[in-house]
Amino acid sequence: MTGATLRLRARQAAPSVAAPLVAVALSALLCGVILAISGHDPISAYGEMFRFGTTEGSLLVAANKAVPLYLSALAVSVGFKMGLFNIGVEGQYSVAIVVAAAAGAEVNLFPPLHVTFIIVVAMLTGAAWAAVPAALKVTRNVSEVISTIMMNAIAAGTVAFLVNRWRDASETQLIKTKPIPESGWVGNLAQVSGAEKLTGFALVAVGLGAAAWLVVSRTRFGYDLRSSGANPTAAAVSGVSPKAMTVKAMLVSGAIAGTVGLPVLLSENIFHRYTQDFPSGLGFTGIAVALLGRNHPAGMAAGALLFGFLERAGQGLQLVDVPPEIVTIMQGVVLLMAVIAYGVANRLGEVQLQRATARELAHEAAAVGEPVGAT
Amino acid sequence: MTNDEGDAPGLDPGRPLVASGDTKPAIALSGITKRFPGVVANRDVNLRVDAGSIHALIGENGAGKSTLMKTLYGMHQPDEGTIEVDGAPRRFRTPADAIAAGIGMVHQHFMLADQLTVAENIVLGAEPASFGVLDRHAADQAIVELGERHGLPLDPHRLVESLTVGERQRLEILKVLFRGARILILDEPTAVLIPQEVTELFTNLEALRAGGVTIVFISHKLDEVMAISDAITVMRAGTTVATVNPANVDAQELGRLMVGSELPTPTGEAHTPGTDLALRTTGLRLVADGGRVLLDDINLEVHRSEIVGIAGVEGNGQQELIDALLGLTPADSGTIELGSRNLEGASTRERRDAGMGYIPTDRHREGLLLGEPLWANQMLGHQGARYSTHGWLRRRAARADTERVVSDYDVRTPGVDIPALALSGGNQQKLIVGREMTADPTMLIAAHPTRGVDVGAQAAIWEQLRQARRDGLAVLLISADLDELIGLSDRLLVIFRGAITANLDPTDITAEDLGSYMAGRRQEATL
Amino acid sequence: MTAAAAPRVLAEDLTEPEPPKKPALSPELRWAMFAVTGVAILSMTRVISGAADLTSSGLVTETLRLSVPFALAAMGGLFSERAGVVNIGLEGIMILGTWFGAYGGWQWGVWGGLAFGILGGALGGALHATATVIFKVDHIISGVAINLLAPGLARYLSAAVYADVGQGAGVRQSPPVKGDFPTITITPLSKALGSIEDHQWFFVSDLAGIGRGLVTGLSLFTLGALVLVPLVWWLLWRTRFGLRLRSVGEHPWSAESVGVKVLRTKFMAVTISGVLAGMAGVFIVTVTSSTYSEGQTGGRGYIALAALIFGNWRPVTAAGAALLFGYSDAVRLRGSSGVAVHAFLLAGAIATALVAAVAAYQRRWRSAAISATVSLVLLVWYLTTDTLPREFLPYTPHIVTLVVAATALRRLRMPAALGIPFRKGEAI
Repeated sequence: MTGATLRLRARQAAPSVAAPLVAVALSALLCGVILAISGHDPISAYGEMFRFGTTEGSLLVAANKAVPLYLSALAVSVGFKMGLFNIGVEGQYSVAIVVAAAAGAEVNLFPPLHVTFIIVVAMLTGAAWAAVPAALKVTRNVSEVISTIMMNAIAAGTVAFLVNRWRDASETQLIKTKPIPESGWVGNLAQVSGAEKLTGFALVAVGLGAAAWLVVSRTRFGYDLRSSGANPTAAAVSGVSPKAMTVKAMLVSGAIAGTVGLPVLLSENIFHRYTQDFPSGLGFTGIAVALLGRNHPAGMAAGALLFGFLERAGQGLQLVDVPPEIVTIMQGVVLLMAVIAYGVANRLGEVQLQRATARELAHEAAAVGEPVGAT
Repeated sequence: MTNDEGDAPGLDPGRPLVASGDTKPAIALSGITKRFPGVVANRDVNLRVDAGSIHALIGENGAGKSTLMKTLYGMHQPDEGTIEVDGAPRRFRTPADAIAAGIGMVHQHFMLADQLTVAENIVLGAEPASFGVLDRHAADQAIVELGERHGLPLDPHRLVESLTVGERQRLEILKVLFRGARILILDEPTAVLIPQEVTELFTNLEALRAGGVTIVFISHKLDEVMAISDAITVMRAGTTVATVNPANVDAQELGRLMVGSELPTPTGEAHTPGTDLALRTTGLRLVADGGRVLLDDINLEVHRSEIVGIAGVEGNGQQELIDALLGLTPADSGTIELGSRNLEGASTRERRDAGMGYIPTDRHREGLLLGEPLWANQMLGHQGARYSTHGWLRRRAARADTERVVSDYDVRTPGVDIPALALSGGNQQKLIVGREMTADPTMLIAAHPTRGVDVGAQAAIWEQLRQARRDGLAVLLISADLDELIGLSDRLLVIFRGAITANLDPTDITAEDLGSYMAGRRQEATL
Repeated sequence: MTAAAAPRVLAEDLTEPEPPKKPALSPELRWAMFAVTGVAILSMTRVISGAADLTSSGLVTETLRLSVPFALAAMGGLFSERAGVVNIGLEGIMILGTWFGAYGGWQWGVWGGLAFGILGGALGGALHATATVIFKVDHIISGVAINLLAPGLARYLSAAVYADVGQGAGVRQSPPVKGDFPTITITPLSKALGSIEDHQWFFVSDLAGIGRGLVTGLSLFTLGALVLVPLVWWLLWRTRFGLRLRSVGEHPWSAESVGVKVLRTKFMAVTISGVLAGMAGVFIVTVTSSTYSEGQTGGRGYIALAALIFGNWRPVTAAGAALLFGYSDAVRLRGSSGVAVHAFLLAGAIATALVAAVAAYQRRWRSAAISATVSLVLLVWYLTTDTLPREFLPYTPHIVTLVVAATALRRLRMPAALGIPFRKGEAI
């Protein structure tokens, strides 16, 4: 890469680096206004969030919360890379987790094998659930936005249906699946106190993120995926079958979505079984994290950690009598600000780059002594 | 109005010839300069258009004609210079201001909403209405009257999507007249018309001139300009270089003014095509959902070392033919053979990997990933065979090839890591041509290979194609540029309504003959 | 004229040599035909299955109660999408409508609720407009962001406002709204239709049931929503504002070139979209129920969007699709045991058999075979079971949406510039 090229790339990149920072700052400001309007002191609220959120235990919890969010974002990003909106991660992981929990409770295997078995079941289930919108899209031209949303609702029904049939008969109060034997558990990487711990599944998430990066940037499949997103017509002309690509991207996305609930099931949940109060909404938050991280494995990691931190730190707000729900608003505002900031930054970057390139060429031409075309 | 052999050109660059003291100019532009990021699109432009005249504005692609007209129509503001309309200085902030001053514009790409009716398209922005409720009756009446007065009849209730190209243009003109325009800007109005529709348009324009309308006519087709205009202003490299009287110049001189030197006429070189078949199609047929025939029994043969040109007005099946060859929209029936291989059931990827190259019709839509660096664009279309092994990309090979293309094809760029969007259109096109050539195709589909590139690059691309032909490449050349078709092709086919209607020898055919085949007025008895 | 033209005697008078081809049935008429056929199928299903509650007046009342939110939100979507802006944020905007509507209703009664809910919806719409129209954010991304933001905002506001007010209110629920919208009953007609309905005659009683449901206990808000549908059509197809709105969704560059303020028009359209979606939310908290509670919209905004698409971006047909979804929701709500929804299998079998027959008549053998197979499968399913798994019943409208999406004849024509960001002065 020549010096000129580096300069140009830096010029183009500068606004995109600044964008998330500006977005976070603006969001903090806006939420401060909301806090002030609703009669709370923003300074003391933020102060408390920071104090509570940065204790060692809190940081572990934040990282722990970030793991499923990261997996969810990763799943969403695979679709986004080719311009496919998989809004159905929510449904995919909720069905997958029930099936994986039930299947995991039925077998007794050598530990690593047991965990692998559960992961594979979850991924296959997620992919299967995503196959429906994929099939509807390529055969009936049904927008995946509509179909995945409907599949999310139907997933809720399916989960209730399955849990009722696979419930642990020995339990009477809550409806639960049978517990997974210890060989299927995943330990913690670190633990401060009973609830303040980081799941070992974080390693799986990091591995998946690295694998996703490798596949997207270094393989033909990744290239085809990216070109389909950047310019579907050009991709088709270059030999990518749009239908096949849609199906593949959707299945991969669904498979990754299948893993979203596993950190909770396999390590966080002390009973290691599916219960009806299993966390929901991770699929939707994952969309936010993917957008925030611009579908880049590292960016999404930062986004997931930010969201995890906000969620944990928000719990400290109760100490100063501020409804911790403000955190959900913060997340929404950060997202909205970020997508706007990215849009503006892209635009600025393009204009900057075109200008700079023209200047660079004019410079070069002047040195060589030949004119530059007007267009 | 025709131009006789003007013996004395009497060129007087910079000063209008037609204007005299007694006619006030309808438009007077002086010292107009317009800059875009990195580019000066118009530089010190002066233009004077007499009231009630047809004034042609000619120049090559990129000479700055459209930019100037957009300035005049208020679509953007000039950085320097003044605009006078009917003697009064004006500042147009929006097209609405220009419309209010009696200026109307017919864009090259029609600005019509397909799902709206003729009447809705015409009245939009100037609707007859009381308290916001449309007065549909008044609108219909006004449109019918206007149509009768200017000889431009149209049914106000038809949906635009059902109109022919000629009718759409008529609608565009009506739209402008409805707004009370007295000055009409037509941006390359004949680009999409067949010769007979052009004649009809010119009749309409003369009628409008007789009715006192001033017309500014943008074109790069010298013959047309000579036939219709009262005055011609030539633009080159963003500025006006001369205003001439068509009676006093000939096409050769106009051409020289346009390009600054003699016209680069492509000369057919003595060349004998090979005998090995590179591509053969038999009985390709494609029918649209509504029953419209898009491709009608296409039988093609392209040999190694041969360029076969396909001429035709755009929209007569060229794109469908390309899509069928590439396997994007497979034909309903018929066979395609690439060399000795039958392509039936082969995917696009398989066809590309088998050596089918493609210089696309629309480089932004089909040929580039604008946000990706040049070396990633180099892989596009060749990621299957050339730039991957066992599914892993060969990024280093792609970069090396890109470096070579950049130097061999004179792509002006600071480096291969720059996103494609930073390049000018001509340089993007050179990159694509270089990419397709590098991949060493057995058969190249070249659709409009020099569209939108400057003269120098055009000559270079033509030379590359000739060189590749000498080296044995088979080329199917689809183009709207007759000079290109005649100059490069070994054989020339004409496509009309999805069927090949003529098989001609480019060494003895005139553009006029070709035009009448393209318009479907003539067909060869046997092929 | 040659002899071959002789049969076209009537065409002689026309000035045009080729008389324009007679257009196929207008979409509205086709829908009317479908509706009549639909009632007949349901009637037949009722007679055969004995599931009485498929066309009763009570069910019709319930259907209206459940359809209006779909229809209002779909009208909202219509404004936005006809102006070229995809509005998947309808769901979130509806949530704002429910929260603000309930708050206003609790404070000042239902009319105050309506006003406040409209305000909340307008804010949501304006937010989507700001992101998409001004900042050119991808329309779906902006919509998703709003759908994430709105529930958070509602939760926070509830926590801030309802913490100590009692009346069952809290973080997840508002206190009940004060009062009701007036209702209308045309008593004599209602009674007469009621007696016909009671006879359980084939088709006649079904029609009477539907008629009775329409004239009994009809909320003024429902009536207003019913009137709104043709009003929206009139506004979009007969006024200057409507023409400009449609033009910016079809070809904004053309609209700009003739002086239409494209960005302003789009902004207004999306804001109006928010107003209507907000009204849909108000309807839910004032007519469908009487309090705000979390998760109450239950994806209705998405279903409304689907109704808009199936309605081919036209108001009357979109409202028809909204009715279909409302009906499927009403059937499962009233038939709590699932018998009525189970009867849908039979209705489906009859309908697909009909489609198969039509296809066979038109000699489209492949589709005839497929439809016949589906019909048979549904019939066997119906005959071998007594009920459907109850866990799926709450999601009946979603399943119907998916089935309709997968099977509907798709000759749909979306606004040409839908989803394409528009930048000023960037003509193509």
